[in-house]
Amino acid sequence: MTDILNAFVLLSNFVLIPGLAYGSQLALGALGVTLIYAVLRFSNFAHGDLMAFGAMCTILVTWGFQAIGITAGPLPTALLALPFGIMGAIALSLVFDRTVYRFYRARRAPPVVFVIASVGVMFMINGIVRVIIGPGDQRFADGERFVVRARDFKEWAELSEGLTIRTTQAITVIVAIVVVIALFRFLNHSRMGKAMRAYSDNEDLALLSGINPDKVVFYTWVIAAALATIAGTLYGLDKSFKPFTYFQLLLPIFASAIVGGIGNPVGAIAGGFVIAFSEVTVTYAYKKFLGYLAPGGMAPDGLVQLLSTDYKFAVSFVILVLVLLIRPTGLFRGKVI
Amino acid sequence: MIRNILLFAAMGLALILVAMFQSVTVALAILNLGLISAVMALGVNIQWGYAGIFNVGIMGFAALGGVSAVLVSVAPVPEAWAAGGSKMALAALVLVVTIGAVIGLRRMLTGRVRSFATLLAVVLGYFLVRSFYDPAVDAIEAVDPAKSGFLGGLGLPIIFSWLVGGVVAAGAAWVIGKIALGLRSDYLAIATLGISEIVLAVLKNEDWLARGVKNVSGLPRPVPQEIVLQEATWFLDLAARLGLDPVTFSSQFVRLAYTILFAIVLAIVFWLSNRALNSPWGRMMRAIRDNRDAAEAMGKDVTRRHLQVFVLGSAVVGIAGAMLVTYDGQFTPGSYNPLRFTFLIWVMVIVGGSGNNAGAVLGGFLIWFLWIEAEPAGRLLMTVLTAGLADDSGLKAHLLDAAPHLRLFLMGLILLLVLRFAPKGLIPEVSGRSG
Repeated sequence: MTDILNAFVLLSNFVLIPGLAYGSQLALGALGVTLIYAVLRFSNFAHGDLMAFGAMCTILVTWGFQAIGITAGPLPTALLALPFGIMGAIALSLVFDRTVYRFYRARRAPPVVFVIASVGVMFMINGIVRVIIGPGDQRFADGERFVVRARDFKEWAELSEGLTIRTTQAITVIVAIVVVIALFRFLNHSRMGKAMRAYSDNEDLALLSGINPDKVVFYTWVIAAALATIAGTLYGLDKSFKPFTYFQLLLPIFASAIVGGIGNPVGAIAGGFVIAFSEVTVTYAYKKFLGYLAPGGMAPDGLVQLLSTDYKFAVSFVILVLVLLIRPTGLFRGKVI
Repeated sequence: MIRNILLFAAMGLALILVAMFQSVTVALAILNLGLISAVMALGVNIQWGYAGIFNVGIMGFAALGGVSAVLVSVAPVPEAWAAGGSKMALAALVLVVTIGAVIGLRRMLTGRVRSFATLLAVVLGYFLVRSFYDPAVDAIEAVDPAKSGFLGGLGLPIIFSWLVGGVVAAGAAWVIGKIALGLRSDYLAIATLGISEIVLAVLKNEDWLARGVKNVSGLPRPVPQEIVLQEATWFLDLAARLGLDPVTFSSQFVRLAYTILFAIVLAIVFWLSNRALNSPWGRMMRAIRDNRDAAEAMGKDVTRRHLQVFVLGSAVVGIAGAMLVTYDGQFTPGSYNPLRFTFLIWVMVIVGGSGNNAGAVLGGFLIWFLWIEAEPAGRLLMTVLTAGLADDSGLKAHLLDAAPHLRLFLMGLILLLVLRFAPKGLIPEVSGRSG
């Protein structure tokens, strides 16, 4: 019995909890991508860099707070700074919408032109982030590091494996749940949320019924920028902040949005967890886990790792391709591009 | 026409100014990489400009070309072949048999039995391959790991690798195109982005193939070494007659030799792709790009044509990738970055003029020039901006450090400005009859 418990604790430490945290981050990122796609009808390649920009603003404000002695007690100070980061990202998104995307929207340019424009925006935001904070690693997590410590857990449960839950992981999951509930309440119950869904469903019909398109676009950017900042900050807290990693997050985020069904918010969340858990489970080395479960002397010799961690991109990609081939609308019937 | 000549002349003048005010070596370096960039941009232009295929996996094809340069030119490592060559060959054989079995099963069976049999074959094949592959990798990588630890290449002259690089990239493009080309633009973009990341992941981690992130340096060169030149009497005579320092002249001479080689490749690729563009085939491609449904109604096999053009464009990118590694003299998978190897090439094509080969070439030169020269310009700008700050101020040091990253910002700005105010690029596409 203890062996089974030990194996379960081990699996929670390295697969379940990290997968939940990573899945929440991906889900928040994919929600932003999917909203932009649903309302503005293009794949926003600048989303990863928008996440980096929002996280950077949060980090700068966090450092300011830390310097003047404001902290959030056991929680990371970054949570206090998050609203400021969100405002920064919203301002940047709106500036780019005014100067870049609005022109093409007015001309009803084909989606691929928007995508190329978003590549230009991606370059610019990337440059801005690197100029302001530099290309290196930044750590900004503070406060209590663990919710559950391995040693305390071992003593309490009398197991040889200790369960660890880091504060950042717990916060990521809690914040993600709160944000998703708030977003769905907004989309389903508020006047603006309904207008956004109507606009996404049928633009002409929405215009005909008196919905103001500028307002819809404005709110879409506000929400997408807020989601991007929250996702970026949580990812930075959980791992670390480095501009280039955010650019690389683009692929799993897109994979999540498409796997779930692009343009569909529920799908984005499901897709985020599907991608996160497949990455974690396929790249985890099961040697120790099987060692607990296998009867005496039958423990495996190798690492029992299906793929080395360096191939985690391949996992999200293979899932993406399978979904595109078998069910191009995604798990939750999004739009077909 | 006059406008185009003026644009290219201005580009040449800019390079001459660099040669005068910075140094001849810098100007030649920009010229050489500009030539390579131009070839790469031609490859992207074939896909995007002719056929409207939105491929953002350029980096992957360039890296495949690069690894071909290693596999063609490096001498084979007999110890590694003895240690693990046969096992690796067996692993490859089992892999081929597995793939064959999966394809065969899918042809022969139907329904639920088919899915089950496929799954079983895949799982069984995976463990079988791993059982041969893992020991082979360990054996190969254990051979003198500090210096070699890989199978080595064929030991042929590196110039062949340019062709091989093209063929390898074309082969990869065929497989990828078969899977991904049915997708419409956005999905295709994301699929190719993912594939290029996977190609890089493989090249970084499969040390037995090309040493992964341990890099292969000191590749053989298609042109003489500087040291050899400095000892050759004919070269010393030439330097004396021109009144130049033999040491600096030798490095310029080597770069110039590369310039000639690259210019020949660019000329051939340019000539071929222009011929293709102005042939019935090129007109068909543009017809498919402009109105896919109409072209399909006229009986054109759109998917097949797309596959064809995807393979051709990727082959050109592969050639450029092999040229780049040849010029660097080393293969460093860690240095491939999608901003530099995918999106920068895209900026070249859009700025130069998509659909026009001369435009792509000009874009290749111009954007590469700006990419390089933005660094000193950014530093100059920052020095001027921070002139009022004290020398020991942290802000000044930070801003001076950050100057090189301004070029990313600049590239984005250029792309957006061109897309908005000159969406057809500097040298617009010539439409069929008026040209």
